[in-house]
Amino acid sequence: MNPYHRRVAPTWWLSQRTYFLFIVRELTSVFIAAYLMLFLLLLYQLSVGREAYEAYLRFLATPGMLVFHVLALTAALFHTLTWFNLLPNIMVVRYGENRVPAIIVAGVNYAAWMAVSIFIVWIVFSR
Amino acid sequence: MKINLKIKRFNPETDKKPHWETYPVEVEPTDQVLDALHRVKWYHDGTLTLRRSCAHGICGSDAMRINGRNALACKLLMKDVAKDGGTVTVEPLLGLPLIKDLIVDMEPFFAHYRSVMPFLVNDEPLPEDGRERRQSPEARERFDKGTWCILCAACTTSCPSFWATDQYLGPAAIVQAHRFIFDDRDRAAEERLKVLNEQMGVWRCRTAFNCTEACPREIPVTQLIGEVKKALATGKLE
Amino acid sequence: MTKSNEALWWLLFGAGGTVAAFLAPLQILLTGIVAPAGWVREAFEYNRVLALVSHPVTRLYLFVLISLPLFHWAHRFRFTLIDLGLKGGQRAVAIACYGGAIIGAILTAVVLLKL
Repeated sequence: MNPYHRRVAPTWWLSQRTYFLFIVRELTSVFIAAYLMLFLLLLYQLSVGREAYEAYLRFLATPGMLVFHVLALTAALFHTLTWFNLLPNIMVVRYGENRVPAIIVAGVNYAAWMAVSIFIVWIVFSR
Repeated sequence: MKINLKIKRFNPETDKKPHWETYPVEVEPTDQVLDALHRVKWYHDGTLTLRRSCAHGICGSDAMRINGRNALACKLLMKDVAKDGGTVTVEPLLGLPLIKDLIVDMEPFFAHYRSVMPFLVNDEPLPEDGRERRQSPEARERFDKGTWCILCAACTTSCPSFWATDQYLGPAAIVQAHRFIFDDRDRAAEERLKVLNEQMGVWRCRTAFNCTEACPREIPVTQLIGEVKKALATGKLE
Repeated sequence: MTKSNEALWWLLFGAGGTVAAFLAPLQILLTGIVAPAGWVREAFEYNRVLALVSHPVTRLYLFVLISLPLFHWAHRFRFTLIDLGLKGGQRAVAIACYGGAIIGAILTAVVLLKL
């Protein structure tokens, strides 16, 4: 017997919607990492001085950078949604022998997300 | 209804590589895809080679890719896969070596299965009455879903990680390991977890969910894999 | 059979993914869009931001915010490359990804200590 070995084409993820969304979901991590590096740079400019900080803000206001950040925001939101929606189906939370329904776990996460976001907005804008 | 059955054919004795052949068949909407394949084999081309046995969704022999998705040919009805005049594509499972037509070499799949010790291990003395090791319904419930597996390979061959690296144990082997790890009559959880803790073990899982979608027994495969990951990460069996 | 340390990278991946899920969208909105666009100029005035960021709790928050999702990226990206067809050099890619995340975390700590 001499079996024929087939290679799965690297374009396998383009053949179905669920495959495509899976790869998109994985690649959101690239956008988030790229944003965090730009953010780190902002913090660095902050440590250098006022002029460096304000110059960097002007750089972030250029069209290219704004477009990137809109894409990154979309990616981050997609990550958040898939993370909260999928995680309860993967990591089951139990109490005793019963399982907490997935929708409740997801709901708790969303509520916590809202609470944390409100808190951060308060810290940044009003203190 | 009239359907075009487009089948990926491969004869190792004459073909250099697989190729499509299309066969027009007349089927009832409630016929199985397997019935349509039989029509091709019995009335068009007797050399069409496929595996099948029970023809009612429990033996797992006829797992194949129908319209690009893994399924048991006897569980899909023609009305679910095509309209009158349409085309249905039928291909062998991916990720495993192709022997002929719709038949793949299941040996790598079974090798992964064997590596997780898929049998009860308990050397403790028998209970006093010399009969069964008893188990409560709750304890049984804990691992029950893993017992539904029919080793059809639909899950493992739908996994992108398995396509990329066939040394990955694959969802089926992990489900079978789960079935024993979480069985309170078993005593070899640690050894199985060691196998699963390797690079080609459970950590290759990317939660793509293809396995859960493909499983004809509706086992929540990704979830069971997640429970094994959790057991490995926390060091505890729940 | 060798025991792998995959569990560690997976835990970091999970922690980073959780941090990113909760914090990334708002952060991107604030520092990538609101601040440069100048919608709430007073909030992002230099001295105010410097004071806010210099607080030890904020520094800790920022360290977690930046470094954990880097490990999340490293783990996810390494495996995605394999899924997309990378065959050879997988070990080198893994080292590059996790190494990159470690370097990123160190750089983050350095910058945050400077502030």
